[in-house]
Amino acid sequence: MSIGHTLLALLESGPRHGYDLKRAFDEKFGHDRPLHYGQVYSTMSRLLKNGLVAVDGVEAGGGPERKRYAITEAGVTDVSQWLAQPEKPEPYLQSTLYTKVVLALLTGRSAAELLDLQRTEHLRLMRILTDRKRQGDLADQLICDHALFHLEADLRWLELTSARLSRLASEIGAPGRPGPGDQKKAGA
Amino acid sequence: MIPAGSLLVAEDLHKTYGRTTALDGAGFSIHPGEVVAVMGSSGSGKSTLLHCLAGIVPPDSGTLRYDGQDLVAMTDARRSALRRTEFGFVFQFGQLVPELTCTENVALPLRLAGVRRRAAELTALQWLERLEVEDIGHQRPSEVSGGQGQRVAVARALVTSPRVVFADEPTGALDTYSGERVMQLLTDAARTTNAAVVLVTHEPRVAAYSDREIVVRDGRTRDVDHTV
Repeated sequence: MSIGHTLLALLESGPRHGYDLKRAFDEKFGHDRPLHYGQVYSTMSRLLKNGLVAVDGVEAGGGPERKRYAITEAGVTDVSQWLAQPEKPEPYLQSTLYTKVVLALLTGRSAAELLDLQRTEHLRLMRILTDRKRQGDLADQLICDHALFHLEADLRWLELTSARLSRLASEIGAPGRPGPGDQKKAGA
Repeated sequence: MIPAGSLLVAEDLHKTYGRTTALDGAGFSIHPGEVVAVMGSSGSGKSTLLHCLAGIVPPDSGTLRYDGQDLVAMTDARRSALRRTEFGFVFQFGQLVPELTCTENVALPLRLAGVRRRAAELTALQWLERLEVEDIGHQRPSEVSGGQGQRVAVARALVTSPRVVFADEPTGALDTYSGERVMQLLTDAARTTNAAVVLVTHEPRVAAYSDREIVVRDGRTRDVDHTV
């Protein structure tokens, strides 16, 4: 999972302090592995250096942890590009995909389109493996089958998530509906 | 836009059953020799789409053309003839006649088309061989396994050398291995004879045997591979 993109997307709803970002991240995505403060600040320094966030204000008392960060237009574009880019199909993608779906809902982008795009990418690889299986020997068939079953599990998860988008949107308090009509333009 | 060289094309199909909308502006096209998977959840309209495309159920509105002919305006008799001679069908269950042997089942479409028994059964045997079930030709459907029965059904669908095969969840009742074999044999045979296959399935691994995928959602179609 890309922590940078996740923190960036969480900033779309408004400027936040580093500790706020960590709390939001842990609450939504860090059930098993909460972020370390160090990770947050090193990530924010990198985003700052790349012009994807700006310092929106510094509270009295100083120290890096008192900085409030705001996402820049370049940052919004970067989030859009990341969400629109399907993940390379491989087993156990759920945590990255789940994060992307939640962030798409939270930022008013189309989670349905994101899932469709990922589904296409998965099926494309499944077709390649099926074709390899047809032409290969038994060893090829067994190796391809193993990958195909894992990809199929991902696809089933994608379908199930598509069917549950409205419920997920209301549970995480996302604005608007999750359909394609709500897609937010890059840089908007 | 309709891709050039399409064999079967549907545009803006609408179909309602009572107050339920099954199709709401669905579109579809397929080339000779192409395998297109139609996917979607239960109740999405995918089976209704297949039934409209095959001329089994007329759409309420929209256009439907097969090989340049208007499938909607066609007489019932002509449509039935087309289904018998140019289309082949494979369903999930109950498609073989229980009183006939497997060979007789496969020969049936040829017999209905006026082919003599001996010639029809000879062709049927060749198809049973191709589907690797020639040894059960003399048995009745109740005496063979689900996977064998489905191969017989595939042989029967292909015996008239149809130009389009409609397969509705053809592996739905089979275990993984039998399902894989049926899909392999069905798509191999269709590709060899340049038949187009409309494959309705909710199983991703079955859809992976296709060249292209159409997703049906709330009666509307989305050509996933062409939109990326």
